[in-house]
Amino acid sequence: MTAHHKMDKADSRNRLDDMVQGLVGTPMDRPDGPLKVSGQATYAHEWDVPDMLYGVLVRATISKGRVTDVASDALLGQNGVRAVVTDDRLLRRPAQGGANVAPPQGARQVDYFGQPIALVVAETFEQARHGANILQVSYEAEGNAAFDPEADLTEREQPEDDQLDQGDLDQVMQDAAFSVDQLYRTPGHNSAAMEPHCAIASWDGDKLTLRGSYQMLNYNINELADALHIVPDNIHMLSPYVGGGFGSKLGISPEAVSAALAAKETGQPVCVALSRPQVFETTMRRSETRQHVRLACDADGVLTGIGHECLVSNLPGEGFYEPVTQATHFLYGGKNRKLGIEVARIQRTCGGSVRAPGEAVGMQVMENALDELAEAAGIDPVELRKRNVPDRHPEQDIPYSSRRFTEALDEGAKRFAWDKRNRTPGSLRQGEWLIGHGMAGAARVNILSEAKARVTLHSDGSALVETDMTDIGTGTYAILTQIAGDMLGLPAGWVETRLGDSDLPKGPGSGGSWGASSAGSAVFLACEEIRRMIAQKLGTDEAGLKLAEGHAGAGAATRPITDILDGRDLSAVGHIEPGQTLEEMQQATYGSYFAEVAVNAVTGETRVRRMLGVFGAGRILNEKTATSQCYGGMIWGIGSALTEELVFDNRDGHLVNHDLAEYHVPVNLDVPQIEVVLLEERDEWASPIQAKGIGELGICGAAAAVTNAIYNATGIRVRDYPATLDKLLANLPDS
Amino acid sequence: METTQLTVNGKSHELEADSRVTLLDALRNHLGLTGTKKGCDHGQCGACTVIVKGRRINSCLTLACMHDGDEIITIEGLGEPGKLSDLQAAFVAHDGFQCGYCTPGQICSATAMIEEAKAGWPSFVSEDLSGPDQLSDEEISERMSGNLCRCAAYPNIVSAIRQVAGGRS
Amino acid sequence: MKPFVYARASDRADATAQAAADASFIAGGTNLLDLMKLEVMAPDRLVDINRLGLDEISETEAGGLRIGALVTNSDCAAHVRVRQLYPVLSRAILAGASGQLRNKATTGGNLCQRTRCYYFYDTAMPCNKREPGSGCQAMQGFNRIHAILGASDACIATYPGDMAVAMTALDAEVEIEGADGESRLVPVRDFHRLPGDHPEQDNILEAGDLITAVILPPPVEGRQIYRKVRDRASYAFALCSLAAVVKMDGEKIGSVALAFGGLAHKPWRDEAVEALLVGEKPSTELFVRAADQLLAAAKGQGSNDFKIPLTRRVLISVLREATGAAA
Repeated sequence: MTAHHKMDKADSRNRLDDMVQGLVGTPMDRPDGPLKVSGQATYAHEWDVPDMLYGVLVRATISKGRVTDVASDALLGQNGVRAVVTDDRLLRRPAQGGANVAPPQGARQVDYFGQPIALVVAETFEQARHGANILQVSYEAEGNAAFDPEADLTEREQPEDDQLDQGDLDQVMQDAAFSVDQLYRTPGHNSAAMEPHCAIASWDGDKLTLRGSYQMLNYNINELADALHIVPDNIHMLSPYVGGGFGSKLGISPEAVSAALAAKETGQPVCVALSRPQVFETTMRRSETRQHVRLACDADGVLTGIGHECLVSNLPGEGFYEPVTQATHFLYGGKNRKLGIEVARIQRTCGGSVRAPGEAVGMQVMENALDELAEAAGIDPVELRKRNVPDRHPEQDIPYSSRRFTEALDEGAKRFAWDKRNRTPGSLRQGEWLIGHGMAGAARVNILSEAKARVTLHSDGSALVETDMTDIGTGTYAILTQIAGDMLGLPAGWVETRLGDSDLPKGPGSGGSWGASSAGSAVFLACEEIRRMIAQKLGTDEAGLKLAEGHAGAGAATRPITDILDGRDLSAVGHIEPGQTLEEMQQATYGSYFAEVAVNAVTGETRVRRMLGVFGAGRILNEKTATSQCYGGMIWGIGSALTEELVFDNRDGHLVNHDLAEYHVPVNLDVPQIEVVLLEERDEWASPIQAKGIGELGICGAAAAVTNAIYNATGIRVRDYPATLDKLLANLPDS
Repeated sequence: METTQLTVNGKSHELEADSRVTLLDALRNHLGLTGTKKGCDHGQCGACTVIVKGRRINSCLTLACMHDGDEIITIEGLGEPGKLSDLQAAFVAHDGFQCGYCTPGQICSATAMIEEAKAGWPSFVSEDLSGPDQLSDEEISERMSGNLCRCAAYPNIVSAIRQVAGGRS
Repeated sequence: MKPFVYARASDRADATAQAAADASFIAGGTNLLDLMKLEVMAPDRLVDINRLGLDEISETEAGGLRIGALVTNSDCAAHVRVRQLYPVLSRAILAGASGQLRNKATTGGNLCQRTRCYYFYDTAMPCNKREPGSGCQAMQGFNRIHAILGASDACIATYPGDMAVAMTALDAEVEIEGADGESRLVPVRDFHRLPGDHPEQDNILEAGDLITAVILPPPVEGRQIYRKVRDRASYAFALCSLAAVVKMDGEKIGSVALAFGGLAHKPWRDEAVEALLVGEKPSTELFVRAADQLLAAAKGQGSNDFKIPLTRRVLISVLREATGAAA
């Protein structure tokens, strides 16, 4: 039985609020928690597969050209080496999120430095690693490679559907009472999930089992099938636990295909894990950006124009580009608008999705520019934002769905005691430290994605939730358990949620913050169907049915659910599809950030002392896991503001800092006890559970609160991220 | 090939392996103890933290054969579902993790770190080198900075450790 | 990692005897194994010296401390006498790496820590330190962490550690047992080399040499400060660090020892700077002159140019703190 629902109109029934079991919204502990804290959750590398061989990928040491020879014979049969895989089906680039087909294959062509070009397979990991290190490879390099996105000779394209020229921005810039016209730069980022990408492939005849670390099995299975030239039905993928993704595991990467090819070639299961430098060099990078921002406002601070023209980069032929202007289109008003994206074609590691593609760096810069405008206009930055919240979408003239932006700004200002801050930049000093405060707005588009989930209410009163959806740390196990528990009136311990198995109904995958609302809606629909079946058995209607603590009733009288089931299971598949509400309404999540920083007046080192985030993201399904997602996003914002930067050497395009010693993700001491406030909200246009995405909202502007605070502390605007100490030194007070 | 006797979580193992095998790979690939994680293999993330002879170390940067006769405690030795250690339970209650991959390293690290503090070891942020009376949040953060968490559960990790170590926020 | 023969040394004579060409001693191994996995280092033979004793801290007849080569960084930093009498050494060690690494890293091994130069670490890149004569990619490349003092045309790498910087300021000595069984003492400040034409040689150790201890002279009075500046709050290498031991004589500076980390191929000590300060009344003007002297020959490489003003500011600030001078 499938319950299908297309989101063509608002659902304001708020059915989850009628449920009495009381799980949804609470800070319930993760059901997967005990396994994770005791080391018993099985990540990709950790399956007990007998007779397994190990494969280690070999990296290209040129940036563009061809592999002319791989000296496999020198390795084969010695020191445990069993195979050197150079099959034409090896992936040259990772698959973009949602690709659903194989990414570019054929590793004899080299597109970027560090690209995998072969796989050395041996009996042990140590043998394979050494073999990969010493394998002799000959190349024919092409000398005409471009590495610098801003260099004169670099080719640049303007994707047609991402150029907007509305009104006359030049004119309103001239006429503006106040304006900002600045160039900002953000560097490349890497997801740097703690679990390196890994796959174990084993064949049984023509059936492939691939245990891997992936975010979206619904797409990944098709990408893998296409790459291997087999049918998806012959593949079984398993990713029950994923050690972080953040976009880097949206599509399949070189380890998946190379493991499958090697397992076929050797007739034994093969495990391929990327080394940490390979994660940096061969999985997705967030593009660096150059952003030209122009803001014009009248004497009251009301925007008359917005310009946001951006340069990003990717490999030639890649369809993805960092959608930097995504939130700029809808967040603030201003009739005259010029928004555009230009893509430089360069030979660097593939550009793709890294947590909150678009807003993570677009909002970061736009919220800096707003701060500069507020100062120019002499208007409080919170007030300036509130004055520019448009009634309708400034370009498409459609209404907004639920939008708690103003409330988030007000609530944050109140909780942070924003009105008590020092307003004169560079004038608050405690010993060696200059203290400053800054704020920024948050916004991220909301997406509903097609999803299916099966729910079975067993005759013993327990329930099983099944979907190929993943939990990459986001809390999927928790929230699906809560939704099913509430809908079916079962304590959480009676509900088992099974994820990350491609044989299960296709979920939405974890990406774009759509996972919880989409997979949650599918579970909701399946449960609603089961409730109808129960109601029918009780001769009542679903709306009047009360399910709690394993009992069912339609009025005062209740009966154990097991009695009603009478030895028979009830099962249904929920199927949600996005519909008209995504087209007719501008859907997004909103929030605000407030930060206090201390900048060392001697050295320019910055420490975040206090940080608050207030967010509205529709119904919060689990207060604890949602809060954790926001912590994560905000701390990524701290990293983006202060420490994170992929450094490419423009002489050969190689990634200089390809490890965790030199790509500086924040450590524990970089982070204060952050405060997160989640606003009560139901977005009836977003999903039948009135929830929206929250996994990325926390980063979308967070860095700007930190750098705006640095300005308040020092009087220095850093427009070239990250705000490392060298960018502050010259303008700090004399030592 | 080297023969090495390792006592892991109280159980003796005779390991016969290539001298190149790190303690981390010995645990994961040879002894089937996959709770200890490989995040970087170069001492840059702390996911592989185990407790050897009472001290937390990065198991990726030491060879198994160098530990002949050593007592090793891994995450599996600290507790299991239904019998979690205080720290493990506190990590669950405070949501001191998200994806869970750095978590065994965090918990092994914190378990040993609390003992280091009890022994009066100072840290980089200690104002006085005579050692901390109590673990402030700042002390916990500094002492845990060798354990990266990309999900960035740091505030909750600190809360979980504070609860068990009896520190002040 | 290249296959190697693993051997456990039973005593010091055995260790030095086993240390043939292409052999490395392994103690903590935290840097050596890191580099061996990348095949930046590829010894044929690994001699495990962890069972040689050498893990005690004891008082010397002169009233100083003898820190065995196998004393871990953690034990050294936490040792009561080190904390009380040589706080700059405790502070420096605690500013380095992480708790886990300090539990494994040893005193002798830490002295031998190799540079963190990105190009040295990447075997696809030419590097005169890794492969003499192959060239230096860091010079025209990304060199944020590289040297501003004492670099050569062959190499601009820096010594990355903290411990040795404090030891340099404390006038500590390295006790080395040669292949012939003879022991000798070398000041820590002379232990590391400048790169010159032979950047492949980090230090003065010769084949078969075994570090057995570091000897701290009797404690000196005065303020001891370790200041480290880095790119994140913890668990990062120094962009610039300064170990200062300063004793006032009334209103004047009685004695001063300043050692800098992160600036050169070795912990950097400049006697002319110290001489300029001794006997003078602390003042901003004096500190500026000291900084001018220190940085007279400093040369930025591009992305590390900021280290010159940074070092100037750090020196002035630390001198103010150490002498009690008002800003």
